[in-house]
Amino acid sequence: MKEIIHATGLVKRYGEVVALDGLDLSVREGTIVALLGPNGAGKTTAVSVLTTLIEPDEGAATVAGIDVLSDPAEVRKLIGLSGQYAAVDQDLTGFENLDMIGCLYHLGRKKARSRARELLDRFDLADAADRPVKTYSGGMRRRLDLAGALVAESPVLFLDEPTTGLDLISRRELWGLIRTLVDQGATLLLTTQYLEEADRLADDVLVIDKGKTIAHGTVDELKDMVGGERIAVKVTNRDDLPAAHEILGRAAVGELQGDERSRTVVAPVSGGTRELAGVLEAFESHRVRISEVVLRRPTLDDVFLALTGASAESGEETPPPAKPGRRGRGSR
Amino acid sequence: MNFLSALGDGLVIARRNLIKLKRVPDVLVFVLLSPIMFVLLFAYVFGSAIDIPGGSYREFLMAGIFGQTVVFGATFTGAGLAEDMQKGIIDRFRSLPMSRAAVVFGRTASDVVYNIITLTVMATAGLIVGWRVRGSLLDALAGFLLLLLFAYSVSWIMALLGLSVPSPEVLNNASFIVIFPMTFIANTFVPAESLPSVLRVFAEWNPISSLVQAVRELFGNIPPGAPEPASWPLQNPVVYTVFWACLIIAVFAPLAVRRYVRVAKKS
Repeated sequence: MKEIIHATGLVKRYGEVVALDGLDLSVREGTIVALLGPNGAGKTTAVSVLTTLIEPDEGAATVAGIDVLSDPAEVRKLIGLSGQYAAVDQDLTGFENLDMIGCLYHLGRKKARSRARELLDRFDLADAADRPVKTYSGGMRRRLDLAGALVAESPVLFLDEPTTGLDLISRRELWGLIRTLVDQGATLLLTTQYLEEADRLADDVLVIDKGKTIAHGTVDELKDMVGGERIAVKVTNRDDLPAAHEILGRAAVGELQGDERSRTVVAPVSGGTRELAGVLEAFESHRVRISEVVLRRPTLDDVFLALTGASAESGEETPPPAKPGRRGRGSR
Repeated sequence: MNFLSALGDGLVIARRNLIKLKRVPDVLVFVLLSPIMFVLLFAYVFGSAIDIPGGSYREFLMAGIFGQTVVFGATFTGAGLAEDMQKGIIDRFRSLPMSRAAVVFGRTASDVVYNIITLTVMATAGLIVGWRVRGSLLDALAGFLLLLLFAYSVSWIMALLGLSVPSPEVLNNASFIVIFPMTFIANTFVPAESLPSVLRVFAEWNPISSLVQAVRELFGNIPPGAPEPASWPLQNPVVYTVFWACLIIAVFAPLAVRRYVRVAKKS
């Protein structure tokens, strides 16, 4: 399959903060690729470079074979972007917003109008089409913003955290919509800090941290990279955490991950349910009270923890396995 | 990007701005009330105190208020742009294959429509308090066109300012400091000849004076006994005003567009 987004060695600095630190990226035509990383990993910056919004300090990128730096105007004709916050005009109605975007894509008046109505129907906004956007709910605004990215039926779509801040129901709805887009042949690069989102949508996942790609593969490949199963135990009393570390340490085949605040310790294991029974017995005999225990396949969060020592969803470091010498993260 | 498609994109943005004006009419109402208030204040409070030899102060005054109002109205351009730059919609615009000049051009264009509305309301208020056009209708029309042209040029200055300030509030305060003296040290409310020497020279070469002088002449509102102006700009007010308007547009339009591109890139 043809490669449609290609970037090598992207570097972008904001003063002291390095937002992109030599990012490489490749997306094949007709696939969904997720950029997964915590806040400040450089996801938005990467999308901004690829959509011509900012120029990188170093590196090169092409979209559909067109150089993003030397010919941004051509690139803009081929892309649709939906940003982190809804980039729609609050005072305009849903219809007026999409109509305006269509005109600015130079579809022509008539085509812009019919396309706007069509998208409003498809995104379940037809009833609200002629109401100012400021009366919309958060989920409706997001849907409208996403519709804005689709007005010109652009072959390459960029969705920057399309579901951040949405409740679970709206998020599921949006996932369904996003998937139908790619069924129609578009290529999609999406950024997310939700592991479940990458899991549900993406063919390929690029895990990025501190402006660099640290892992790349399908969701299953990434999970296999970490391997095995996990036992996660939540203790009732914080004082029991050292004991939990000790017990699980004996059963673990790799490094433990602990989180003091949630009073949880996670251990990679190889013995499945038999191991679990043994662990429970050990907790019992040490009189350590447990409020929750799970045996599960690794999640992307485990992948992320294993790779960086930090949790992807919270963007916070977990004390025990943290590597020394971490740099501070910027807002981008 | 050719000129025609830039024009088309600008008109799309202008249409959007006008829809917004219609939808949030409080701004328009507020901005319209202040010139009406000015007409009434000057006509009834100062009207009896300020004496114009051989003529009516109210008639003398109207051109001044027209001039001052359209110049003040240009602040609207800058504030609108400053506000736009804070909104998420700008990100959308930047990712679209539209002309880079469209946002600024569209804003100045929609403000022409806005000025037409303002001038209509003010002219009506003026007619009610006794102002009349004494010259030909064609001349009066030329007077309104000159007001619109000059206002359009000041819009571009304000556009540049609006793109250079951190927030719309800053723009309102900053422009006030410049526009107030510019419109008062002029022949807007009193004849330039009556000002003390330094101010008088400033007033005579101030393009707002020549604008007001030209409009006064075109409306036929120069008092019959008024002395012939001593300075060249006020003797040839139409030429001098058009010259300034073109000069301002030629300098500030490219600066404002360039500024927009730079600001848009940074955020």
